[in-house]
Amino acid sequence: MALRTEHELHQRRRGRNVGLGLVLAAFVLLVFGLSVVKVTRGDPMQGFDHVVRPEMAPAEPTTGGNG
Amino acid sequence: MSDINANGEVNGTLAGEAGFGDYVSLLKPRVMSLVVFTALVGLLVAPVPVHPFVAFTCVLFIALGGGASGALNMWWDADIDRVMRRTRNRPIPSGRVQPGEALGLGIALSGLSVMMLSLAANVLAGALLAFTIFFYVVIYSMWLKRSTPQNIVIGGAAGAFPPMIGWVCATGSISVEAVLMFMLIFMWTPPHFWALALFMNSDYEKAGVPMLTVTHGKRVTRNHVLVYTILLVPFALAAGFTSIGGPTYLAISLALNAGFLWGAWRIWQRDEATAEADGFATEKAVFKFSLLYLFLHFSAFLLEAALKGFGLGGW
Repeated sequence: MALRTEHELHQRRRGRNVGLGLVLAAFVLLVFGLSVVKVTRGDPMQGFDHVVRPEMAPAEPTTGGNG
Repeated sequence: MSDINANGEVNGTLAGEAGFGDYVSLLKPRVMSLVVFTALVGLLVAPVPVHPFVAFTCVLFIALGGGASGALNMWWDADIDRVMRRTRNRPIPSGRVQPGEALGLGIALSGLSVMMLSLAANVLAGALLAFTIFFYVVIYSMWLKRSTPQNIVIGGAAGAFPPMIGWVCATGSISVEAVLMFMLIFMWTPPHFWALALFMNSDYEKAGVPMLTVTHGKRVTRNHVLVYTILLVPFALAAGFTSIGGPTYLAISLALNAGFLWGAWRIWQRDEATAEADGFATEKAVFKFSLLYLFLHFSAFLLEAALKGFGLGGW
């Protein structure tokens, strides 16, 4: 009797593997997309290395008067 | 080791081999739809605009967190699910998914969703999602569900968190609007569920789950439906006077609350003989109306936000 190479069990496993593969691919795309959005918006990324940058310092009140 | 013997038959049962869909059904996709809708509304009506991709990511991971708690709930309740007819075909009781797999999936997805939401939005949103999962799994499933007939009242909080999390994703803080959206679902859950419990023949008794209709009888349940509906009304109307409300919301809410109160009143007036005579027509109608009630309230929030775009919504 010839061995059946394909069984419903194999189809089910393939379905599971393909499904998981697609989920993982979608997750990679999602993280990539999120990174692009976060980086291109820029401002929240400032200060990630705890280095003070002049443009991030709160604006000092301008002293008025003309001498 | 092969799974197939010389006769081409599968060793053991097919039960141990889950399909992809079985893992999806562990996440309770139907419950997810309510989570997605209310979280999306919470996020969209917030005064802080969110990038569409970030908003999509936030809602996705809030839904995934909800799904993770569903998987953990199915792992814990597998013994009850085996007894009840309605849940006997779920992936674990039917043997397609092993309990350990559901536990692993639930824990992994909980961690992933909380981490990703914290990164996509903010840490407070992630922490709220973590608390929601903890509340649903530990407080509701493990503790309250099997110990008190008021289980649905406190357990309902788990379903009430998504719009608040959506709001926090956008604003980074909890405000009165977020609390009122939470309270709307929290106070709506008991009358909605008990209206269903009045006409649904469930085998909770066999499973040892204390349901109000079983422990205290249907008369007491009818009283509870009316009282909780009365308590719900002020929260629904109060939301109309906040920044997410407006005249349109208030008009819709007034009509819906009048309808729900009328339905609860009719349920309260009836006795079992009358209800059984007409096949629980009123109870079924009120249950269906309660679904519409919540959907239309959150749609009204969205409508107000959309009208604001044209300079029309709000006060």
